[in-house]
Amino acid sequence: MVKKQVNIYKRFERFWHWTQASLIIFLAITGFEIHGSFELFGFEKAVSFHQKTSFALLGLIAFAIFWHITTGEWRQYIPTTHKLIDQIRYYLFGMFRGEKHPVEKTELSKLNPLQRLIYLGFKIVLIPIVVVSGLLYMFHKTIDINNIVVISKFDLEPIATLHTLGAYLLLAFLIIHVYMTTTGQTPLSNIKAMITGYEEIEQEEEQQQEKGNIS
Amino acid sequence: MYKNICIVIFLVIIVLWLTNFFHKDEKYNLHLEKLKQEYALKSVPSVDHSKLPSLNKEFKTPQEVTAACISCHTERHKEIIESSHWNWERVAYIENRGISFVGKKNVLNNFCIGSSANEQACAKCHIGFGMSNNKFDFTNAKNVDCMVCHDNSNEYFKGSSLAGYPDRIVNLKKVAQSVGMPTKTNCGSCHFYSGGGNNVKHGDLEEALLSCDKSIDVHMAANNMDMSCTSCHTAENHVMKGRLYSVSSENINRAYCGDCHTNTPHFDDLLNHHTAKIACQTCHIPVYSKVNSTMMSWYWSEAGKLHDGKPYTEVDENGNPTYSSIRGKSEWEKNAIPDYIWFNGTANHYMLGDTIKSIPVAMNTLNGSFDDKYSKIIPVKISYGDQIYDPQTNMLIQPKLYAPQQGDSAYWKDFNWKLASKAGMDKVGLPFSGDYDFIETKMYWPINHMVSPKEQSVGCAECHTRDEGRLAKLTGFYMPGRDRIWYIDFFGNLVLIFSILGVLGHGIIRLINKS
Repeated sequence: MVKKQVNIYKRFERFWHWTQASLIIFLAITGFEIHGSFELFGFEKAVSFHQKTSFALLGLIAFAIFWHITTGEWRQYIPTTHKLIDQIRYYLFGMFRGEKHPVEKTELSKLNPLQRLIYLGFKIVLIPIVVVSGLLYMFHKTIDINNIVVISKFDLEPIATLHTLGAYLLLAFLIIHVYMTTTGQTPLSNIKAMITGYEEIEQEEEQQQEKGNIS
Repeated sequence: MYKNICIVIFLVIIVLWLTNFFHKDEKYNLHLEKLKQEYALKSVPSVDHSKLPSLNKEFKTPQEVTAACISCHTERHKEIIESSHWNWERVAYIENRGISFVGKKNVLNNFCIGSSANEQACAKCHIGFGMSNNKFDFTNAKNVDCMVCHDNSNEYFKGSSLAGYPDRIVNLKKVAQSVGMPTKTNCGSCHFYSGGGNNVKHGDLEEALLSCDKSIDVHMAANNMDMSCTSCHTAENHVMKGRLYSVSSENINRAYCGDCHTNTPHFDDLLNHHTAKIACQTCHIPVYSKVNSTMMSWYWSEAGKLHDGKPYTEVDENGNPTYSSIRGKSEWEKNAIPDYIWFNGTANHYMLGDTIKSIPVAMNTLNGSFDDKYSKIIPVKISYGDQIYDPQTNMLIQPKLYAPQQGDSAYWKDFNWKLASKAGMDKVGLPFSGDYDFIETKMYWPINHMVSPKEQSVGCAECHTRDEGRLAKLTGFYMPGRDRIWYIDFFGNLVLIFSILGVLGHGIIRLINKS
């Protein structure tokens, strides 16, 4: 076992992560203002900001999908039940007893089984719900060039229901996600890794060699 | 090097995006400029009527003027005697009523109640001569009053209680020689003063529009486009475009803002989506009765109080009669904020002989709902009041209000409701039991004029707000910023609270275990 600084988060990955984080936080602020939870920018500005930011997020998501496919990084999110229970047990009990992480983080498998499951849900359930309901929200009752109102067969209410539900879940994800970053080797090591890209990882000798062979 | 280039490119993109994000450019509205150009050109008449020999004579009666008009415009009178301005009614299909003749002849309102039995006075606003009772011959084109609409000398006016005849001092020769397209003065001579005074009924049509600035009405402002009524209310064969649902019933021949401005006039798509469900007037007429007050309610039950046996009038600080013996009590409002309703362009009315179905009595019913695909939210003035009805027959009463002198059963002279009711109901051929009482009424007046400059239009948050928004009374649909789905909020807040508690608890246990 050797401790080594490994470039675990690639440059695009970090750019994507932090841009997405700031966009989602800004969307949450403007979104909940539109929802009437508080007043900050004023309804009109909040709507305009929310709309423009959402397009930026859509653009970013398009790049992220492209990146995941072309680099094969999507494989990181293939769900597995292997050691899933161990991981949950670790967060619930093991961690308090000072046990070690049940799953080692490596460059080829940087997510633990619980993360895989949660992030996959985030990517293929939560984000699509919010994006699709958001687009329907945005284009509800659009009047096309022939003066015909499109997307008017159903009311705004179910769209708003889904969009608001998605927003609450995203906010809950954000709270827990931010807290979970403190469960690394040191409370700040995970965040530092997401900024610099490098994290100190314990690697076994053979992996080291394997990596050497590849490069 | 490569890394630095990447960072620079990235920063440039961010700066450009942020600039675009926060900077809102005032866009140049070419379409509006074209419209302004189009309406800046005022038409020049092709005929100078003062040069016509047939008009160069002294006219003894106004009918002679009409005959002179018809001698050249040989077919126009036929169009007029088909028009609702002349007939005071038109054929309409009304849901649950069928094919009906609807108009001032048989529709009641909650201001002066109705014209029947009072034609001598009410015909001041009829485009004919001599409609002194309900025996008027609507086929006789000689009595068509061309001048009231086409006089451009500003000298023509109809006499008080002369059954539609011009005042005796009017110089008919001068008027006949200066005819042309109707101006605001012509239309306004009736439409500004309905209800017996300036701006009494409509609230958005009044004499201030003859000379106002942009903040009162962007279209008619003297220092802006200075448009006339006929700019929008165009006419084909004397059929005017546009209708008001105090007497109209059908969703045809309406004048829309979109006729000029299109249904997607905004640069912001989100605003354009609104036009699917919201009429332009809703946002663009934030207040009406901007210059002079309009009457919001009229309580006939209070009428008839006398001082020393004589009728009297009380006025408020703006000069509005708040009480008069002949009318009763009334309430006035200036800069009134409209009410809002769903409307699909069809309406029903209380017509003479109808039985009362609800209290307050709906003098007119404007149909529409959120679920109706063709309904939009429109601004309305709602006039309230009470008026006389027969509790035995359960019908509103058409009283005889006007007579030139006492002793003719007219309420405004004799102050006797029983006599006035008997005389009025006899005239319209309806029974009167001899019993009378007063019943509350309600009437809707769509607000379509006094469009404000865009800077003054209703802001987003005036409707998209939790409580007390302009549309607070319209329910049954989801409006962002106003409405919430309670179970989503409940569940969402629960999830958030548990997340925070869970995270805090987990963190605290970690800290304790660490130490």
